[in-house]
Amino acid sequence: MKSLEELKKLREKLQSDTKLRAADGIKVIVGMGTCGIAAGAREVMAALMDEVKKRGVAGVAFQQTGCIGMCDKEVLVDIISPGGPRITYGNVRPSDAGRLVAEHVVNGQIVKDLVVAKSV
Amino acid sequence: MQFIRSHVLVCGGTGCMSSGSRQVQANLEGEIARRGLGGEVRVVQTGCHGFCEMGPLVIIYPEGVFYVSVKAEDVPEIVENHLYKGRIVERLLYREPLSQERIPSYDEINFYKKQRRVILKNCGRINPDDINEYIAAGGYEALGKALTLMTPAAVVEEVKKSGLRGRGGAGFPTGMKWQFARQSPGEKKYIVCNADEGDPGAFMDRSVLEGDPHRIIEGMAVCGYAIGADEGYIYVRAEYPLAIKRLRTAIAQAEEMGFLGKDIFGSGFAFSLHIKEGAGAFVCGEETALLQSIEGKRGMPRPRPPFPAVSGLWGKPTNINNVETFANILPIIVDGGEKYAEIGTEKSKGTKIFALTGKINNTGLAEVPMGIAMREIIYDIGGGIVGGKKFKAVQIGGPSGGCLPEEMLDLTIDYDSLTAAGAMMGSGGLVVMDETTCMVDVAKFFLTFTQSESCGKCTPCREGTKRMLEILTRITDGEGRDGDIALLEDLARGIKQTALCGLGQTAPNPVLSTLKYFRHEYEAHIKDHVCPAGACANLTGYTITDGCRGCGMCKKACPVGAIAGEIKQRHTINHSVCIKCGACESQCPFKAIRKGA
Ligand SMILES: Cc1cc2nc3c(=O)[nH]c(=O)nc-3n(C[C@H](O)[C@H](O)[C@H](O)COP(=O)(O)O)c2cc1C
Ligand code: SF4
Ligand code: SF4
Ligand code: FES
Ligand code: FES
Repeated sequence: MKSLEELKKLREKLQSDTKLRAADGIKVIVGMGTCGIAAGAREVMAALMDEVKKRGVAGVAFQQTGCIGMCDKEVLVDIISPGGPRITYGNVRPSDAGRLVAEHVVNGQIVKDLVVAKSV
Repeated sequence: MQFIRSHVLVCGGTGCMSSGSRQVQANLEGEIARRGLGGEVRVVQTGCHGFCEMGPLVIIYPEGVFYVSVKAEDVPEIVENHLYKGRIVERLLYREPLSQERIPSYDEINFYKKQRRVILKNCGRINPDDINEYIAAGGYEALGKALTLMTPAAVVEEVKKSGLRGRGGAGFPTGMKWQFARQSPGEKKYIVCNADEGDPGAFMDRSVLEGDPHRIIEGMAVCGYAIGADEGYIYVRAEYPLAIKRLRTAIAQAEEMGFLGKDIFGSGFAFSLHIKEGAGAFVCGEETALLQSIEGKRGMPRPRPPFPAVSGLWGKPTNINNVETFANILPIIVDGGEKYAEIGTEKSKGTKIFALTGKINNTGLAEVPMGIAMREIIYDIGGGIVGGKKFKAVQIGGPSGGCLPEEMLDLTIDYDSLTAAGAMMGSGGLVVMDETTCMVDVAKFFLTFTQSESCGKCTPCREGTKRMLEILTRITDGEGRDGDIALLEDLARGIKQTALCGLGQTAPNPVLSTLKYFRHEYEAHIKDHVCPAGACANLTGYTITDGCRGCGMCKKACPVGAIAGEIKQRHTINHSVCIKCGACESQCPFKAIRKGA
């Protein structure tokens, strides 16, 4: 270790790894009710995680949730930016992962054609 | 491709390990792999969260859900429901003792909510065996800042400004101590960390060493720079094998990354650390005895002066501080002494970690700001007295401390208020006692400890504590004599004034404080031959309370005719006749007879 700068750089790099314990970033919540899983929720989540990883976005917290009573619209994915509303996307397929991450997670733009609900 | 979406933190502190966390962790790893979640969920072992009684603890992020008393058999359910489907396993959540409510997350549990975790910030949140997690949490910034941006004198100045006082017991101002060692002439100087932690019930130092070992290494290195020492020793109790193991790992990692060794942060400053395992005697925690022990001699105190700052390890100027003291250095250097001093009271700054034990609902480690009221610690954090019993006293400061009664519950605690009240901060042990505890017995317990730990070097401590213990024993056996209280006070005064080291000088404190606040209990033992708490076997008398309606059932039941009283009048028991058989108690239809006086 040769300087304070070097330490700070290293810290930033290492923080992406432990950041998910701080709970202050953007949240992606995938519905894992019975029908969600049947409709391919695991695959959607895997695709979303892949996308986040590929783009190197830091501080995204993935969570799952149970059935919320919109089973016909599964797979359901909620994205919540810090301080922002909760956007629910429906009928999400693994192939939508790229758009959701690029447009919403990275740029904060709602992907209109997939939205099924919005709440605070 | 791998993306870690969840961290499952398993407590790997001594407490949780002994309740089975190792198996829980192994099963978690196995079950996660079996369900194909290995690429997205990571299991991390942490140090103690200070809530060992509730262990094994498992915390799952990003949700921050806090599971308690997790058994190996619970693992499949946690993985299936929580990690796979995102459903919280309700039955494993912590239940608030008073409201019985289940609380899902760490920060909402009263035990944690009322704490101010500055020193314990990383404990239970990072993997102590991974230096990267410490760095990610802000670690080694204090060392970097001190070495590259501050002069040694400025470091000492900052510590002085913080108002930090030694957490090892006596509360000596740390900045002053550093200054003495810094000004002491000599090429070679040493830093020593006192991790002997011998007070019964105290385990804060162990938890910090196990949960955040780099913080101590960093604090010591900063100190080394400040006073001009290039070598340090950590003196750890041999009974803390896990702490020793984690320290060794941490030292090796710090050396590898250049936080220890030569030319640290390119500043030219060199510092190395050694671990010395303690010899197992309480008195070795006393600084001069500790230094002897490091040198390979028998650990016995020697008179001061000279103080270690002038002549310490191998006769060289030495600065010795407690584990928790060193743990405070990081925030002082990073945020500045003034910022640090915003927490606390006028003469006691920062936070203090207390080890809560005894008859309270939540036992464990609580870090609180100096100046908090005793009541808040016991009722808000500690969750009140077990079984709804009545609070009687709190013993604070371990064998050097004292017992405070209910009237003192609103005392705000810092070094000086506790000493004025006849107790002591000590290392921060806090034992809560309920109405069933006999205060003479408590005094005897602590004196038994100090008496058997006396090194025997000086007569007042060696002989005096023995005599005091004899008197306490005869009082609790029901053979106390007139004049015993005066004799105790006399001996206590003599020992305090003439003993060589802190062990002897403070040994009488538990007796003196109980005499101060619970004198009537001593008198009841000696004069009335009863133990008011009903704890001393030879003295558990029975009393008839105000609930008596004068029905006379007890009088009939008593085999020795010890009960007198007219019908419809309150009855009484003649204690010199009573054989303590308990027959009256079970016969009273109004439950008006109870054990104790
Ligand atoms: C009998 C006895 C036992 C002690 N045990 C400890 C101990 O276990 N840990 C500790 O830090 N200080 C202990 N001390 C206090 C040390 O002598 C010393 O004051 C302390 O380590 C200084 O560090 P500080 O200024 O950071 O508090 C003990 C003192 C006495 C008299
Ligand atoms: S049995 Fe109870 S109420 Fe009746 S006389 Fe005895 S103490 Fe009083
Ligand atoms: S304890 Fe036994 S001996 Fe004593 S008063 Fe009650 S019945 Fe009588
Ligand atoms: S060892 Fe797990 S909480 Fe203390
Ligand atoms: S052994 Fe320390 S005072 Fe006697």
